[in-house]
Amino acid sequence: MALRGEIAIAGLGQTEQGKVYDRSHMGFAVAAVERALADAGLARTDLDGLLLNPGISWGNAAMGSFMLQQALGLRDLALQATMNLGGATAGAMIQYAALAIAAGMCSTVACVFSDRPLKSPEEQRTRAGKSEGSAASYAFARGLDAAYGQFGVNAMYALVARRHMHVYGTTQDHLGAVAVSERRWANRNPAAQLHAVPLSLADYHASRWVVEPFHVLDCCLVSNGGVAVIVTSAERARALRKPPVYVWGMGQGHPGGDPAETLVSGASLASKAAFAMAGIEARDVQVAELYDCYTFTVLVTLEDYGFCAKGEAGDFVAAGHTAPGGRLPVNTGGGQLSSSYMWGMTPLAEGVLQARGEAGDRQVPRHDVVLVSGNGGLLSTHTTLVLSPLPS
Amino acid sequence: MSAAPPIARPMPELEGELAPFIAAAKEHRLMVQRCTGCGALRFPPREICSRCLSSSAEWTNVSGRGEIFSFNVMHQVYHPAFAREVPYAVIVVKLAEGPKITSNLLDCPIDRINIGMPVEVVFEQISDAVTLPKFRVRAQS
Repeated sequence: MALRGEIAIAGLGQTEQGKVYDRSHMGFAVAAVERALADAGLARTDLDGLLLNPGISWGNAAMGSFMLQQALGLRDLALQATMNLGGATAGAMIQYAALAIAAGMCSTVACVFSDRPLKSPEEQRTRAGKSEGSAASYAFARGLDAAYGQFGVNAMYALVARRHMHVYGTTQDHLGAVAVSERRWANRNPAAQLHAVPLSLADYHASRWVVEPFHVLDCCLVSNGGVAVIVTSAERARALRKPPVYVWGMGQGHPGGDPAETLVSGASLASKAAFAMAGIEARDVQVAELYDCYTFTVLVTLEDYGFCAKGEAGDFVAAGHTAPGGRLPVNTGGGQLSSSYMWGMTPLAEGVLQARGEAGDRQVPRHDVVLVSGNGGLLSTHTTLVLSPLPS
Repeated sequence: MSAAPPIARPMPELEGELAPFIAAAKEHRLMVQRCTGCGALRFPPREICSRCLSSSAEWTNVSGRGEIFSFNVMHQVYHPAFAREVPYAVIVVKLAEGPKITSNLLDCPIDRINIGMPVEVVFEQISDAVTLPKFRVRAQS
C-alpha cells in the first residue's frame, strides 16, 4: 500500500512559547488544539483521534492522553495514545496517525505536545521557592555517576560530542557555527525567544560554560507552551481551510548499542526508509528542520542524512550553508537553540510553516521538499518526515 | 535564621546490584559483572545480559587499566556538594577488558586530559563505608 501523498497535515496550532505563565501544561495543550482546529477550519467534534507527547511537567502521565481527552470534552475517539520517544515523539505521532488513518481506523487525529517547566517570578517566590535547596530537591542525585559528579543529559551528550571532536576533528568553532546560524534565523522570527538578540561567534565563545565542550549557547532553551498538529487524509485536507502539507515520506531509526562508540544517530536508518518512500535523495531536500537539543546534535544529524560526509558537518555549517542565504537552510525559525524548546514539535511546526509558505521574513524561496527530524535519548531514537505542499 | 544542614555528598547505594562493586572497592579491587551465560563482561551492572539474555551473572576482578574514552568538564553546579569542586572533569574509562566505567581522574590538570590517555585505577576513600575507584595517568612503558 503506497502511502506517499495520501496523508496530510491540515492544521497547526501554537501557543505563545517561552517565559509565558498564563496557563498550566493542560491549558497549553487545550489551547494548542483549539488553535490547530481553527487553523484547519475544523470543530472539536471532527476529531476522532488524539495522540499526546507529555512534557516533563505532566509528571508520570501514563494516561495523559485520556486526561487531555476529558479536558477537551472529546467523545467517541477511535484512536488514542500517550507516547514517548523523547524528542523523536512529534514525528512518531504524525507517523502513527498516518498509519491509523490509512488503515481506516480513524480520520482526523490531533497530535499534541505541551510543557510548563518554567515557573513565574511569583511562583518562584512562593510555591516553588519553599523546596529550593532542601535535601529533597537533590533526591535526583543518586547512584554511582552522581558520586563522581556526573549529572544530567548535558553531561552525557558532552561525552559524545567530545568523542566526535576527537575522532573527526570537530572544533568548538564548529559547534559555535551552529548556534550562530540558528540565531541568524531567529533574528528573522518575531516569535523566537531570542529574536531580538544578535549572536556572533565571539559572543558564543564568551558565553558561560555548562559542561565542556558545551557553552550555555550549545544547549536548547527551556520553554513553556504547547503545539498541536491535525493529521487527516489528503482528500479531506484538500477540502479544509489551509493548503495541505503532504506527507511524502516517513521513517524511524533506533540503533541501540552505544552511540558514543559509533557516533551515528538513528537518522542514518530513518532517512533510508523516509527517502525511499518519498522517492528522494538527500540532495533533493530544500529546507531541513533538524532536532537540535544541542548544537552537536545538528552536526551529527547533517552527517547521518548524507548532506555531507561523516565528520564534515562542522565545516559544512561553518561555510554558511545552513544559514540564511545558504544552500541548505536549517532550523529556519531559530530552532530549539534560539526559538523555543517544544521537543520535536519545534522542527515540525516550522516545517509546516515553511511548506505552506507562511514563514514571513524567514520564508525560504524553495520549499517543495521539507525535511523534519526528531531525535531522542542519547542519539538513540529518531524519526524522519519528508513534507511537501505538493501532493506528488 | 538557623542554617540548614549541609546537603550530603551523593553516595552510591550500598545495597542492591552495586553492592559487590562497592565491597570490592573498599578492598581496593575493581570488579565488573560477568555473564555466566556467555562470558561477556559488563558495567554498570544489569539484571539481564543484552548479548545472550541470561539473567545469571557473577562479579570478576579486572586489571584496573584502560584508557580515557571520553571526558567532560562540569562547570555548572548541579549539586551543592560539588560547589567548591567546579570546574572538574568526569571521565569515561574504557577498561582493557572492554567495559566502560565513569569516574574521575586524579592528579591531572583539566587542560591536560586527552582521549586515549592510558590510566590505571586508584582507590579514594570517601567515607567510612564508601571507597570509590578513581583513575590516574599511567606512565607508558
